[in-house]
Amino acid sequence: MKHLLDIGVLSVEDLHHLMALTDHMVEVNQRPIPKVPALRGKTVVNLFFEDSTRTRTSFDTAARRLSADVMNFAVSSSSVNKGESLRDTIETISAMGVDAFVVRHRSSGAPQQITQWTNASVVNAGDGWHQHPTQALLDCFTIRTHLNRRDGFDGLHIAIVGDIKHSRVARSDVQAFTTLGARVTLVAPPTLLPPAVEQWPVDISHRLDELVGEVDVLYLLRMQRERMTDALVPSLREYTAHYGLTPPRARRLQPHALVMHPGPMNRGVEMAVDPSELPGSVVLHQVTNGVAVRMAVLFDLLGSGADLGKTDHPRGEDR
Amino acid sequence: MTRTIIRGGTALDQTGRRRADITIDGGVIVGVADALEASGADDGDDVVVLDATGCVITPGFVDLHVHLREPGREEAETIETGSRAAALGGFTAIVAMPNTEPAHDSLATVEFVRAQARRAGLCEVAPAGCITMARAGSALAPLGELADAGVRLFTDDGNGVQDAALMRRALEYAKPLGITLAQHCEVASLTKGAVMHEGSCCSHLGLPGWPAIAEELMVHRDIELVRLTGAPVHFLHLSTARSVELVRQAKADGLPVTAEAAPHHFTLTDEMLMGYDSVFKVNPPLRTAADIAAIKRGLADGTIDAIATDHAPHPPEAKEAPLDEAPPGMLGLETALALAITELEMPLEEIVAALSWKPAAIAGLGDRHGRAIAVGEPANLTVFDPDLAWTVVPSKLASLSRNTPYAGRTVRGKVRHTIYSGVAVVVDGVAQR
Repeated sequence: MKHLLDIGVLSVEDLHHLMALTDHMVEVNQRPIPKVPALRGKTVVNLFFEDSTRTRTSFDTAARRLSADVMNFAVSSSSVNKGESLRDTIETISAMGVDAFVVRHRSSGAPQQITQWTNASVVNAGDGWHQHPTQALLDCFTIRTHLNRRDGFDGLHIAIVGDIKHSRVARSDVQAFTTLGARVTLVAPPTLLPPAVEQWPVDISHRLDELVGEVDVLYLLRMQRERMTDALVPSLREYTAHYGLTPPRARRLQPHALVMHPGPMNRGVEMAVDPSELPGSVVLHQVTNGVAVRMAVLFDLLGSGADLGKTDHPRGEDR
Repeated sequence: MTRTIIRGGTALDQTGRRRADITIDGGVIVGVADALEASGADDGDDVVVLDATGCVITPGFVDLHVHLREPGREEAETIETGSRAAALGGFTAIVAMPNTEPAHDSLATVEFVRAQARRAGLCEVAPAGCITMARAGSALAPLGELADAGVRLFTDDGNGVQDAALMRRALEYAKPLGITLAQHCEVASLTKGAVMHEGSCCSHLGLPGWPAIAEELMVHRDIELVRLTGAPVHFLHLSTARSVELVRQAKADGLPVTAEAAPHHFTLTDEMLMGYDSVFKVNPPLRTAADIAAIKRGLADGTIDAIATDHAPHPPEAKEAPLDEAPPGMLGLETALALAITELEMPLEEIVAALSWKPAAIAGLGDRHGRAIAVGEPANLTVFDPDLAWTVVPSKLASLSRNTPYAGRTVRGKVRHTIYSGVAVVVDGVAQR
């Protein structure tokens, strides 16, 4: 794998391979000194054209735990406004010597375009409404761990609820979950579904109440306030009434069902219960797994077979 | 004065097809003969002979839709470089869209464009006027003043006129002036932030969609306004199947409407964007195979009158941007003829009609372009080899910009000579100035 741009191009075997690698990384992260020399000498650039402290921090932590050198660039969102094209920006930073770009961009497709202008690996850390492949991997890993599904998701029913149309998380998760064998139902008003959704490998529902009691995973998406000004939903109150996880709906969840969210949550909107009181909430586990998954991805892209079992002892310390 | 003889070709115009050697003198066709004597008598020192063996000689092409970028964006194209691209594409006249800076909403700008075109001397440039001041959609541009100065086509291209009342007034005002309003059909509220055709590709790519209905609603509205006012409307760059059907019905109703289609709308689908290459971003967007089929049918049955390129140069630094930031548009002048010959299953006569006399009439240029090849007519002629295969190489194009979506594509049909106002401005595929 040279780049990770789009979860949809990965096969079942690829997904299982990356999750098996993630198992190793989870083990590394549980050590007293959670650091290995696997990517020593490699330079990873976090290139965030769109602000995202949590994703950047997660990638940053992942790269450092693998002993990579990390550069962080925050670039104002519109390169055109600066008079520098995206190509110029990439070629300039590439010239400093870079092994991987971790790219977050508000525009769909930007990470893929960047691959034309650099020899470095490119990891998509979220582009527009398009893809967020490491989020999909960490979601798969979380489901695999918490529902004990090491062999795949056959027979699982996963509902993804909310603003599918504008969601890179939904696009990535649908592809990853269905590749692993799950049945996915998208739950949203028609205004928040993407065009031509009938060609997606999913079922569609407009009533959360119809399936909240039968799903194995309830995946809630963030409901953004600007959707109201675009007349996609009348009000947050109405959205919560139809699509939010309210206490009555939470009580109908199956005992084993997981509740997931990519964060940041809108408490009182899509998450209208206290997640800490939900036995099935794995929201914080998603965050924890995010670091391990990103370590696995960076290692897979940049690693050269370095021994993951070896602890990186601080210089001069010999045990 | 130097005489020019085009020898060995087949003349093709609205009167049919025939062997003809054509003599030009003083900007006018002075002789059309079955075959001049092979040599000698007519070939003096002051005679230029252009070989047209295996070629077709037609009235010069007229492009209803060209963005020349000057004034204001001379890094993308100038009137001179755009004129050169036009001449190489076989066009002897082009309509310059008014979305320059400043826009074509004053006599001063229109006269500037004409002066620059005369200086270049490669083809006639007919500036289209704006319908509204600065194309802002709120106040009428000086339609009468510009009409008095010879402007025949008016449009806010790039923007559709959103306000139905304003469009109605513009049509009512325009009617006695003998001008044609040309509409860029796009209901802006339906295309906010739109990057590409709304369909399965945009759904997959996560890009905001440009729905077909945004074009069709305005086509429909303007057809009804034509029915109300009786003033003619020309529909720019139709891209959807339903738009073609609406225009077909309007013509059947006898309404004075005309329409054009761009080569990219009968050759490329929205799937081209699956690799996020902004060279394929254009407005209106590339659509589906079904739309392409409908555009081709519309051209074949005459619903769509003209092939117009929507030549829209952009420099690499503008296009090397994320899809939503990159400007829409692609080059067209130098590839239009070949794409039409290669991709349209139409007789050559009909392809030439859609490139020459039909658009000449819509542009109000029919007194000097797109005329039958006959003694006494202005010598605006195109000579092309309909069978010559060639490969599109961006760096070999005359346009200042390189944003052709056809790089590497092999096509058939190439312009050999272009005669503008009696002067051979392109000889053997090479621009002479």
